[in-house]
Amino acid sequence: MSWFQKLKSGLSKSSTKIVSSISSVITKRKLDDEALEELEEALIAADLGPVTAAKLTASLAKSRFDKEVTDEEVRGALAEDIAIILDPVAKPLEIDRSKGPHVVLVVGVNGSGKTTTIGKMAQHYSAQGLKVMLAAGDTFRAAAVEQLKIWGDRTGCKVVARETGADAAGLAYDAIESARAEGADLLLIDTAGRLHNKKDLMAELEKVVRVIAKLDASAPHNTLLVLDATVGQNAHSQVETFQSIVNVSGLVVTKLDGTAKGGVLVALAEKFGLPVHAIGVGETADDLKPFEADAYAKSLMGLAD
Amino acid sequence: MFDSLTSRLGSVFEGLKRRGALKEADVKEAMREVRLALLEADVALPVVKSFIKTVTDKAVGAEVLKSVTPGQQVVKIVNDALVEMLGSENTGLNLLGEPPVAIMMVGLQGSGKTTSTAKIAKRLTEKERKKVMMASLDVARPAAQEQLAVLGEQVEVKTLPIVPGQQPVDIAKRAMQAARLGGFDVVMLDTAGRLHIDDSLMDEVAAVKAAAGPSETILVADAMTGQDAVTVADSFHKRIGLSGIMLTRIDGDARGGAALSMRQVTDCPIKFLGTGEKMDELEEFHADRIAGRILGMGDVVSLVEKAAETIEQEEAEALAKKMQKGEFDLDDMAKQLKQMRKMGGMEGLMGMLPGVGKMKQQMAGANIDDKMILRQEAIISSMTKKERQNPKVIHASRKKRIAAGSGTSVQDVNKLLKQHLMMSKMMKKVSKLGKKGFMRSLGNMMPPNMMPPGGMR
Ligand SMILES: Nc1nc2c(ncn2[C@@H]2O[C@H](COP(=O)(O)OP(=O)(O)OP(=O)(O)O)[C@@H](O)[C@H]2O)c(=O)[nH]1
Ligand SMILES: Nc1nc2c(ncn2[C@@H]2O[C@H](COP(=O)(O)OP(=O)(O)OP(=O)(O)O)[C@@H](O)[C@H]2O)c(=O)[nH]1
Ligand SMILES: [Mg+2]
Ligand SMILES: [Mg+2]
Repeated sequence: MSWFQKLKSGLSKSSTKIVSSISSVITKRKLDDEALEELEEALIAADLGPVTAAKLTASLAKSRFDKEVTDEEVRGALAEDIAIILDPVAKPLEIDRSKGPHVVLVVGVNGSGKTTTIGKMAQHYSAQGLKVMLAAGDTFRAAAVEQLKIWGDRTGCKVVARETGADAAGLAYDAIESARAEGADLLLIDTAGRLHNKKDLMAELEKVVRVIAKLDASAPHNTLLVLDATVGQNAHSQVETFQSIVNVSGLVVTKLDGTAKGGVLVALAEKFGLPVHAIGVGETADDLKPFEADAYAKSLMGLAD
Repeated sequence: MFDSLTSRLGSVFEGLKRRGALKEADVKEAMREVRLALLEADVALPVVKSFIKTVTDKAVGAEVLKSVTPGQQVVKIVNDALVEMLGSENTGLNLLGEPPVAIMMVGLQGSGKTTSTAKIAKRLTEKERKKVMMASLDVARPAAQEQLAVLGEQVEVKTLPIVPGQQPVDIAKRAMQAARLGGFDVVMLDTAGRLHIDDSLMDEVAAVKAAAGPSETILVADAMTGQDAVTVADSFHKRIGLSGIMLTRIDGDARGGAALSMRQVTDCPIKFLGTGEKMDELEEFHADRIAGRILGMGDVVSLVEKAAETIEQEEAEALAKKMQKGEFDLDDMAKQLKQMRKMGGMEGLMGMLPGVGKMKQQMAGANIDDKMILRQEAIISSMTKKERQNPKVIHASRKKRIAAGSGTSVQDVNKLLKQHLMMSKMMKKVSKLGKKGFMRSLGNMMPPNMMPPGGMR
């Protein structure tokens, strides 16, 4: 299956709900208040959030209220509106080989898919001919280091690690030094999952960033926040806090191969404007794909690309 | 972003006469706010709809109690319905049957299964004195079996030795066999994360279930889950049959509407809450606390109930008015302290808010306890009227006198004055926000950093 098919087959399952609810409401009938309300609800059911759903519906109403519309038209129009919002944030991650190494710090709440995303990125950038190294910065969770080491083996990338319980900032420091010594182009630093409302854990992360900056004032060159697509409105709080504390530069959305579509992304794009660099659509090394606004919006609305 | 439901409903009912029964039109309007609050809390839409219908039926015609506003009355009705729907009965694990009894943990990738497996194993071992073995059936995720083995060492629970290459159904059989031979009471089976739409992996977990015949099959789900919670829970339940739900990461600041969605769609009890990454961070489910959290206001309801019992409405209103003007002298502070004490003291007040455990720690750190409240009352009562109305005049010699009079130290007096200053600053902020109401200001009276996330704002 191509990634798009994979995404679509996942999406189409969740979208069936949206689609069937929209179809049942709108097939050749007037776009009246009742129809709009149900449309709004379909968007809410996709995690766009009540506010964004209301806004999108209202803008649709402006152009088509009381007109005879078909299901297809409504879906198309909504997908277009969503794509317009998402288009500016659909930007791949640019790696600058001259940084020697380009340092990417990967952060996020527990279990969102950080370590796996690093494995996938290692695969992707190695395949492009970059020399990639990994840093096992999750020195807390049981077997987190072993997990990253396996990803290192799978992708043929060297992993800098210390024992569990070691200082994460110190490890990051070591990793940059050895990446320099080895002439790596890209260093991907894993971190322990942490909930953004935990002050002490966030302070620890801040320290990691501070220590990295000591070696290279321009590093980390990217700080990626990994979001799980099943997340609901709490994503707002995650992005806000991580951004304010470690200056997140972009997002990766994982687990889009499920039925959850991470519709909250639409609201996040409007509110924070952070680039969405990539999406995760499975558990293997090849399951990292670029984020494409049009395709995402269309599949969100159950339309073929 | 999340305004508390109470204040929202307050504005819906503004201008409404206090007494009498709730009218249909007003309830309908109030329900619009309730709907929004639930959606913002990630309760799934179909569940929101059926809930609103139930509550509307209950609320229309309900009498508004004396000394409670219609808004508060509605919150109470909504809250009670929510608690009922969440299931107030506290069901433990079913360990009946011939040992070894199996408990199987299932769920999406990364939801917290492995961590929760070890937490429950620890609890069964230590609290219920069971002989427990854990086995990881996760052959998919890198180092998953090692993860459980490490946790087993941490919590001192035996794990089934790893046999590389063995498949989940065979591992499950081997675990049951080993447990039978070793005289174990319970076998905890940790399974790999899987998507509910992944047919082959769902077949696999069904086969494991058939092989192990667990007495509990627990869906482990993240408290941050959005609308998809219904789909996930429904699919797992239909495909393999669940007996309970465990909600993890309740230590975050998500409103946790997924709890209601999953409970509603599966009719399975929520058995445990995961409250952190550490092995003892496991709690039993309390419907009232989760209800308050979903509504985004702590357990305002019982606060309202208690307040209605103990606080003279007029006094509170007079105080609220003064605060609005930004006036707050030591007399007012004494009144506040007294009311706090009447409402069960700090401990009682804290007990009604979410995130209690952590707050208690912070409280202990800040040395705020009921004795302190009493001491502070004593200090204030040793002041002259002039001093109470204008604390600025209290200089060194007066401080000595006050300390002696109240049996405290000058340091204590200083502390009190500092706290008063802090409180009056906060009062000014409250009054700037322009929302009235005693509850709000009371919430804001707590020292900074002590308010729980999404608490009584
Ligand atoms: N289906 C699917 N599963 C994924 C995806 N990305 C990660 N996962 C799975 O999600 C689970 C958690 O992934 P990890 O990479 O360990 O997550 P993490 O953020 O590093 O977790 P912590 O370090 O514990 O906070 C694993 O079972 C992964 O295989 C994805 O895009 N799709
Ligand atoms: N804050 C917090 N973190 C938790 C809680 N439960 C689990 N975690 C963390 O969530 C992450 C994932 O937990 P795991 O137990 O590995 O999740 P899993 O469901 O076994 O993951 P897979 O096997 O990959 O599907 C880890 O970082 C855990 O420490 C909880 O209640 N609170
Ligand atoms: Mg990790
Ligand atoms: Mg696991």
